[in-house]
Amino acid sequence: MAEEQRVLLKYADQIDPKIAEDYIKVGGYKGLEKARSMDRKALIEEVKKSGLRGRGGAGFNAGMKWSFVPILDEDRYVVCNFDEGEPGTYKDRIICEKNAQALLEGMAICGAAIASNHGYIYCRGEYPFVVETLKEGIQSAKASGALGDFNIEVRMGAGAYVCGEETALIESIEGHRGEPRFKPPFPGVAGLWAHPTVVNNVETFACLPYILTNGAEWFAGIGAAKYPGTKVLTLTGDVVNATYFEVPTDYNLRDVIYKLGGGVKGGKKLKAVQVGGTSGAFIPEQNLDTPIDFDSMSAIGASLGSGAVFVMDETRDIVDIVTRISKFFEHESCGKCNPCREGTWRCREIMEKINAGKAGQKDIDNLMILSRVMKNAALCGLGQAAPIPIDSTLQHFAYEYSCKLN
Amino acid sequence: MTNTIEELEKDATVIFLIGTNTTENHPVIGYKIKKNVRENGAKLIVADPRRIELAEMADVFLQFRPGTDVALLNGIMNVIINEGLQDKDFIEKRTEAYEDMKQVVEKYTPEIVSAITAVPAEDIVKAARMYAAAEAGSLCYAMGITQHTTGTDNVKSCCNLALLTGNLGRPGTGVNPLRGQNNVQGACDMGALPVTYPAYQAVAVEANREKFEKAWGVKLPTAKGLMLTEAINAAYHGDVKALYCLGENPMISDPDSHHVEAALKKLDILIVQDIFLTETAQMADVVFPGVSWAEKEGTFTNTERRVQRVRKAVNSRGDARQDWQILSDMTTRLGYPNSYASPEEIFAEIRSLTPSYAGITYDRIEQTGLHWPCPTEEHPGTPILHTEKFSRGLGLFHAVEFKEAFELPDEEYPLILSTGRQLYHYHTRSMTRRAIALDTHRPENQVQVNQKTAAKLGILNGEKVRLTTRRGSIELKAQVTDILNEKLVFTFFHYGEAAANVLTQGEALDPIAGIPEYKVCAVRMEKII
Amino acid sequence: MLKLTINDKEIEVPRGTMLLDACQQAGADIPTFCYDPDLKLAGSCRMCVVEVQGRRNLQASCVTPCENNMIVDTESANVVEARKIILELLLARHKLNCMVCEKVGACKLQEYCYRYDVKESRFAGEAAHFTREDPNPFIERDYDKCIMCTRCVRACEGITGAQAINVKDRGHHAKISTIFDGKLADSSCVFCGQCIMVCPVGALTSKVSMGKGRPFEYEKVLTTCTYCGTGCMLELNVKDDTVVGVTSNRDAQLSPVNKGALCVKGRFGWDFIHYKDRLTTPLIRENGQLREASWDEALDYAANRLNAVKAQHGPDSIALFSSARVTNEENYLAQKMARVAIGTNNVDHCARL
Repeated sequence: MAEEQRVLLKYADQIDPKIAEDYIKVGGYKGLEKARSMDRKALIEEVKKSGLRGRGGAGFNAGMKWSFVPILDEDRYVVCNFDEGEPGTYKDRIICEKNAQALLEGMAICGAAIASNHGYIYCRGEYPFVVETLKEGIQSAKASGALGDFNIEVRMGAGAYVCGEETALIESIEGHRGEPRFKPPFPGVAGLWAHPTVVNNVETFACLPYILTNGAEWFAGIGAAKYPGTKVLTLTGDVVNATYFEVPTDYNLRDVIYKLGGGVKGGKKLKAVQVGGTSGAFIPEQNLDTPIDFDSMSAIGASLGSGAVFVMDETRDIVDIVTRISKFFEHESCGKCNPCREGTWRCREIMEKINAGKAGQKDIDNLMILSRVMKNAALCGLGQAAPIPIDSTLQHFAYEYSCKLN
Repeated sequence: MTNTIEELEKDATVIFLIGTNTTENHPVIGYKIKKNVRENGAKLIVADPRRIELAEMADVFLQFRPGTDVALLNGIMNVIINEGLQDKDFIEKRTEAYEDMKQVVEKYTPEIVSAITAVPAEDIVKAARMYAAAEAGSLCYAMGITQHTTGTDNVKSCCNLALLTGNLGRPGTGVNPLRGQNNVQGACDMGALPVTYPAYQAVAVEANREKFEKAWGVKLPTAKGLMLTEAINAAYHGDVKALYCLGENPMISDPDSHHVEAALKKLDILIVQDIFLTETAQMADVVFPGVSWAEKEGTFTNTERRVQRVRKAVNSRGDARQDWQILSDMTTRLGYPNSYASPEEIFAEIRSLTPSYAGITYDRIEQTGLHWPCPTEEHPGTPILHTEKFSRGLGLFHAVEFKEAFELPDEEYPLILSTGRQLYHYHTRSMTRRAIALDTHRPENQVQVNQKTAAKLGILNGEKVRLTTRRGSIELKAQVTDILNEKLVFTFFHYGEAAANVLTQGEALDPIAGIPEYKVCAVRMEKII
Repeated sequence: MLKLTINDKEIEVPRGTMLLDACQQAGADIPTFCYDPDLKLAGSCRMCVVEVQGRRNLQASCVTPCENNMIVDTESANVVEARKIILELLLARHKLNCMVCEKVGACKLQEYCYRYDVKESRFAGEAAHFTREDPNPFIERDYDKCIMCTRCVRACEGITGAQAINVKDRGHHAKISTIFDGKLADSSCVFCGQCIMVCPVGALTSKVSMGKGRPFEYEKVLTTCTYCGTGCMLELNVKDDTVVGVTSNRDAQLSPVNKGALCVKGRFGWDFIHYKDRLTTPLIRENGQLREASWDEALDYAANRLNAVKAQHGPDSIALFSSARVTNEENYLAQKMARVAIGTNNVDHCARL
């Protein structure tokens, strides 16, 4: 039996995330203390050295991101992206529910690195109960003095998937319609209210206390060399243990599904697995030995993304699943850019036509060209990634499509 | 304007608006002010008896009792002087009579002014500090300042405030009257005034008269002429027997319409030159059909003194004739033979007699208009006045005491009536009532009334009411609103069918400018059952 | 300065230059819908995408800052494909009534479909439709022609400051809307028509001009507005010796005060010019009634009567009201007439009113 390696979730269910003292008892806020004792630049160096990369999906080196923030007269902001909207993903919720204080500490560490004392947590609208945990946790941490002068405000989303995109998230915090901005300027230079802003995911922030406490080398030594650390994964679909796990990043998919996940439900064969949420590629059985780290996933045309692992058994109708996914994107497109606004609508339309057995090869061709243009020309990640399930299934499961053509 | 419109968008760091509902009366200037406030963080002070649109975005809003402008401005200056916020260097180098003004202003403490104007004392202090601290403070006003029996005093007070804080002669500063009509600046520049020849060359100065006598080749009258409002009164009293009315509609635009009508009826002859049979033209003995601006060549001078081209787009219809030709023909028939080939030729004559226009040619303004003064053809024009010195040398402070308006509310006429313009109509509506979209959108007059006043009188929004003053009464719909206080009602002067000027008084005018007090008279309102 | 190679042409631009400007400088004609130099950038229509060597995706040139040594292709196969597909996507839902569209000939969608040889859309299918009713008398809003470039939204906020409209709903159903999707008249709209000015297609047009002439049919005559004293420049649209509309010119040289911005009166208040009761002949009162007269008769009559008054009561018994509506030249002649021909200084105008 393969083992999890719990870092963020080590004390899950043993401490109360709402109570700072609980966390302090197990060594919490030591990292922040250390961070504050360090020179700002040295702190950023330390984080860079740890190799910590963003856990939200883009996999950008965290320390590097921070180093771009200009330290001028104006205010700077630390924003936590907790708009966990990817279907099948709930690892950030688990982190908050089990170890919210680590998130708060991580944000404060980032605050120390960029000389900011304003933090925002943008929480998914469907998680009102977690908002309560966070608010109480913040209150407790403030009361304990652990956060010092670092303030954290919790803002709630209103159910838009696109607000998981960092600039749409910023727009939403500002009170605007949740639409992504073009980049550059990146948030690090002009983010919230046009001020320099670091936006990181819950899991990214939550890693920081452990990096500071145990040292960058320790962290860099865990898992894959280029994407070190642990990763919290959530298993869904036709898998025996449909739950969450924290594993080192050099773990491969097969072990995740068959060892931790207990294999495919009902002893069936696996048809495909989609990693990283709805916009992830569909991975066929033959690629299961790929490690989950960011670069290995990229190498097979997939992405680790949020760390959701969606398992489909042999009985599943791929075209039907992709049709549903295309409906999801049509619904979640914000409508700002042409390729996504109209493209997601037409993708859904064509997928439905195929799924209903009314399409021909011409429709497949149209779908492919549309998917290419969306990837090439859409404004934000949503539109660029929306066709990935279509593309990857056309590549790996072409037969299922051709079965449905008339 | 001493300064330009563009500076309100780019350079002014504090904008003080008093007696101008800019977004309705000068919408494009309003856009620029909003942009400056929203995008550059310019501070905005709005002083107006009504909570106008720009008041909503103002940093300080001074909702003062109509007619108390001098008191309010003196109060602001009192704070500035008492707190030592005045621009001492500017006062020293560029002004005179500061002490006289100071002596008067001393009495106007915020508390005293608050009692007069109904503006909280702390807001007066706030406005004073904000304007005085401005890197570039622009003061803009319009008819809210001028249409009072104390209009000239009000203007002087505005000037005092700008002089006191050195807010003149630099980008983004200035005393900026926003002129209400397309070519009111040009009409004044051209000497369509009883006391001046073109370019404000006073008729009373003999050298000027000689200059024009020489140019025009005739002896010129020496007596000061009558102002428009005086001329109507003179007609009423039989001293003026003939009136030639070019593109004006005094039946709607002048105070106390019944009085105007009586006066016009007494004339021996009324000649009207217009494009429509206006209310005034209907009373005329002779009507000359002129042409609209779309059918003529020429120039207009805008509120920032920029001379711009007017171009003919279409031919006039029927026998309508170019206005300049009609005037030229009449002048000939009245015994002064003259002929011009084109408006440009007239402009050439204007240039020769109007030093501030001397450097402006049609060629030069083919693309971009020029700001006068522009004395030579090489001169780039003057966007900002008074940069080095004032026209008279030193800027003169005026000691101005507050005086109440002529007609205050009493038991019989318990409310104050102010009149003004609205966004969708223009002046006497002779054009905009025939602009179908505009008239469809705002087909009839309304009176704005505070909801408490309305409730007291049993009036619901949209119900018909009667407004009555000592001059007459009109019937119109009530628009119940909270943008004005309980003692004030406001109506629009565009509508002949419910003409606001039936109500206004023309008896007491500003002693210097002859301007009627459209912003204050006593009125009674009642519901029509 | 930054060095770039655009379509094999080397150019230099200052740091901070956007790629779109650099491309134009290099002579490339980049199609745009949402880009407007006077408005906040949106980067949303994606028509201006270009291929930058080494970049994974196509770059929207209007929002991409130039970088040193960029190698750019503005009409690569990928670029052309993206533009064609975007056009087809837009066309798939666009109400194609070009034959009666007010914007025909000046429509950017039309222009680019022609340029990229887009005859029809391979994506034709179902599409959301929007009701067209807005009872205001000024602005026709036909959102079945809207391409969601949001220029109107940005002009409403950025030029006029009215903030009357924004985007409502998401994705394919997104549309431009007032608050709660009510009528414009119930919103903070001031009917300035800046939205019409910036609309690249026929979604927003003037109701006052409707059916009177299309852009290629009329000539534009630049003149100064006849209403307030701001001195905005506007263009009278002239077809068959008739004014059929007003547009504005955004060139700061030609329109220095307003740079194309107008108010409701300037943009929609022009139709009085040809109103049916315009005076077209001189009138003389006879037996209490005004009757038509010839110019000679009317001028002689008026002059004789004035001369008679002057002879009997002196020149100061005559007054002349000039006008703030007429030109400088006419005001000059008016005051001159009073002073030289009548012999009085009784000349004034409505400055006081």
